[in-house]
Amino acid sequence: MDKKIRVLIAKPGLDGHDRGAKIVASALRDAGMEVIYTGLRQTPEMIVSAAVQEDVDVIGISILSGAHMTIFSRVLALLKEQGAEQEVVVCGGGIIPTEDRTKLEDMGIKGLFGPGTTTGEIVEFIRGAAAEKD
Amino acid sequence: MASNTDRARPLPDPAAEELIERFGRGNLRALARVITLVENEAPGYRRLLARLYRKTGRAKKIGITGATGAGKSTLVDELTKRLVSKGRSVGIVAVDPTSPFTGGALLGDRVRMQDVGLLKDVYIRSMASRGSLGGLAQATREVSIVLDAFGKDFVLIESVGVGQVALDIAEIVDTTVVVLVPESGDSVQAMKAGLMEIADIFVINKADLVGADRLEMELEGHLELQRQRDGWEYPVIKTQARSGQGIDELLEQIGRQEEYLARTGYLEKKRMDLVRAEVLQLLSETVTRKVQQRLEERGDLDAAVADILKGRQNPYQVVDQLLEHVEGAESNG
Amino acid sequence: MADSSDRDIRKADQEYRREVAAKQSQRKTTFDTISGEPLDILYTPLHLKDFDYLARLGFPGQYPYTRGVRDNMYRGRLWTMRQFAGFGTAADTNRRFKYLLEHGQTGLSTAFDMPTLMGYDSDHEFAQGEVGRCGVAIDSLEDMEILFDGIPLDQVSTSMTINAPAAILLALYIAVGEKQGVPPEKLRGTLQNDILKEYIAQKEWIFPPKPHMKLITDIMEYCAEHVPKWNTISISGYHIREAGSTAVQELAFTLADGFAYVEAGIEAGMDVDTFAPRLSFFFNAHMDFFEEIAKYRAARRIWSQAMREKYKAKNPLSWLMRFHTQTAGCSLTAQQPENNIMRTAFEALGAVLGGTQSLHTNSFDEALCLPTERAVQVALRTQQVIAHETGVANVIDPLGGSYFVEALTDRMQQGAEDYFDRIEQIGGVIAGIEKGFFQREIAAASSAYQKSVEQEQRYVVGVNRYQKEGEKVEIELLKIDPAIEKAQHERLRALRARRHDRAVTGALKGLQQTARKNDNLMPGILEAVRAYATLGEICDALREVYGEYREPPIF
Repeated sequence: MDKKIRVLIAKPGLDGHDRGAKIVASALRDAGMEVIYTGLRQTPEMIVSAAVQEDVDVIGISILSGAHMTIFSRVLALLKEQGAEQEVVVCGGGIIPTEDRTKLEDMGIKGLFGPGTTTGEIVEFIRGAAAEKD
Repeated sequence: MASNTDRARPLPDPAAEELIERFGRGNLRALARVITLVENEAPGYRRLLARLYRKTGRAKKIGITGATGAGKSTLVDELTKRLVSKGRSVGIVAVDPTSPFTGGALLGDRVRMQDVGLLKDVYIRSMASRGSLGGLAQATREVSIVLDAFGKDFVLIESVGVGQVALDIAEIVDTTVVVLVPESGDSVQAMKAGLMEIADIFVINKADLVGADRLEMELEGHLELQRQRDGWEYPVIKTQARSGQGIDELLEQIGRQEEYLARTGYLEKKRMDLVRAEVLQLLSETVTRKVQQRLEERGDLDAAVADILKGRQNPYQVVDQLLEHVEGAESNG
Repeated sequence: MADSSDRDIRKADQEYRREVAAKQSQRKTTFDTISGEPLDILYTPLHLKDFDYLARLGFPGQYPYTRGVRDNMYRGRLWTMRQFAGFGTAADTNRRFKYLLEHGQTGLSTAFDMPTLMGYDSDHEFAQGEVGRCGVAIDSLEDMEILFDGIPLDQVSTSMTINAPAAILLALYIAVGEKQGVPPEKLRGTLQNDILKEYIAQKEWIFPPKPHMKLITDIMEYCAEHVPKWNTISISGYHIREAGSTAVQELAFTLADGFAYVEAGIEAGMDVDTFAPRLSFFFNAHMDFFEEIAKYRAARRIWSQAMREKYKAKNPLSWLMRFHTQTAGCSLTAQQPENNIMRTAFEALGAVLGGTQSLHTNSFDEALCLPTERAVQVALRTQQVIAHETGVANVIDPLGGSYFVEALTDRMQQGAEDYFDRIEQIGGVIAGIEKGFFQREIAAASSAYQKSVEQEQRYVVGVNRYQKEGEKVEIELLKIDPAIEKAQHERLRALRARRHDRAVTGALKGLQQTARKNDNLMPGILEAVRAYATLGEICDALREVYGEYREPPIF
């Protein structure tokens, strides 16, 4: 049985613009992955709880409202609390200014996908990240 | 007196032992990890399951099935809230189809159960049907074994009820609830044969919609015979899952069905059937796998296929011969 | 004479096409609009057989308004240049408002932050990290007073982009007017207040559909009597398009929503002519130049025909569709952002040739962040160049009569009407929302577009064509000070300490009672607002009565 890559796609906060998140979720499904979509209005607690229960390999966070620093750091902190920070790759997409990017990368966010990223690039990244974990 | 098989045989991998230990202590991540290993049929998973098996038998397993849009997830959400308020712990398995073309799946049931997702005693797992060798029934059965062993009082398995998937789930649960909605053509005629047979309880959800009463009447009409024959009333419950109406009644009926099974001895029979099915399933899976492996090792399968294509043999002859080979090989050690 | 001329044209047309086909030298295999509508190589009189000028086009300011809703259109008055603005604190936005008014903007348009849009105060748990980020934070009348400080409300028209808590923002605006001595009859402006498109596309709702629809009809009723110059709904297609729909879907779903509001108003017991003149629309201006122009013209025609024939409105003001346009945010790229200046310019030109009443042009750095002052100025100048240097505003509906544009306008109308039929079969807009019909259509269109870009069937300059090797984005970005959130918390705390608790609690309880009795909520909301109840408190009071909406996930 081929190990399936399991990905959680999350929309944190109040932002309801889910066009990108849904496109990515569909593309990952088309690439043979199992995608759990959390829906809108997620708190970091809800995201990490779902990620742990579903034992996902990757969390993909879509965030467009500008609250990325708060959200990402909280998610990472919660994963650490659960002892899962080594096992789950956190990446994200949306509008993230360059200087915040560097800060996020330093925090441990492995992939940040800005406007113009193709779904193919995201699939590649996730496949690579999942393989690296093993 | 503990027998040899009772005493826990340590698993070869020390990490696995540690995992079992954390699992035993109620660690959620360990639970999630064990389910993943079982789902992926990771090496050694059977021994893992064998270890967990003796802790099972407590959980009540309920299957909830019905067409997309019937409101199953919302129903499960409400049911779970009630159960938790009564101090029970619940494991939910939400099954969605794997795309036969891409092998991937979009698992969106969790979204509809936001209310309970964060509760301490609730564990939700989204599963894709995957098309494993043993079929969906086997995979889901194994996941419910894990949840049972973890100590969950209730295991709710939710799936889209069209055809095989619904039948698969019915094979492994104690109670099957079929959810219908009025006005979506869910009249009894439209219901695929099989759904009527497997249902222990019928739910008409979104009962505020036009057509609910008519659907109820149609169902009642069809259930006459079954009721007389089985001595179980096959209740038809009207619910409005979003507002919580009818949920208490549903819970009550689930309890009564359990009593009915115990009282009439059907529980015993059902459990026997379930275990029987389980063993046969496992057997068939194991045998097929072993045989396939053998054949592939010896290249017999490829040779046979080539033969068939060249018109020298037909599949039936081929299978007979291959089986002889295997049986022969077996007796020769 | 006309007969043989027709035959001659047909013959020449066929010959022309034969020659072209024989050459077989096409750039692409298919030519279609960005929405996928197939395009002929050339449009001739043959495409407009039996074209009845008076029935299909008529004259500007006259039914069916295809050519424009005012008889002298831009010759009489140019479109309103209304740039969306809002960020940080009320004081910050107040400064930006004044800057824009000084630089020639003729109307105000307010953007609110996420917590305000969703009915939460700045110190709510969900507001963390979001205060003042994508718009201005308004928690109470105090903030609103600062927002419009020094801006006399009888001299500006203000558009407020707010939906779920729109009634409260309207009440706040009225209350500020009161403090300035401006009576509600003198207030001019627009509320977006289009909850149906929230369920379909933008997802900023609070309650389930029924209570939200009631709030909307309450506003319609209240304004008809007390704030007659106010546009109560800006029925929006912009967001539907941004979510990935095609142009025809944008047209069809927006108009369907509009019809749903008309029906709701009628059902609430109002005469259609009392509220319909104050309904306005808000469209997207996307890249496919002619498709957009055809869309706007078809929209006007469809709306007027329905209002007169189906809803039996008698007042011509009820028939004519006024609309605001915003250039497409989703067409902007982060790569080579200067290209966005051209994109916005072409899109704006399309909106003007389509006869828009007001226009917002995006800033070129908006794919990255909220716009800087410099970028906002360029965007405003774009409109001013179009207005004063290109000459397109000198003639009304200059593209009218173009074989292509008229054929495309007809095609768009047909496409929209096909959708109306399907929506009716499903049981109407709200049934469609609950069944996920719109969401599915939009998701399919957006996936298809994404694929076409990734597979290079469609080019986006700077992204999948003419990219710059090793490009680094070097734009001055507008940063929001995270201290704003803290400051807002502090001000809320001070406000709560200062105000009369009893007045607040009384007003909120009264509001809940009104809601339960199903009476008009506006007076109650006004009372709460005057007592300095916060936005979050008022919404929570209503949440208790109406509950919150949960959407079914659709892919």
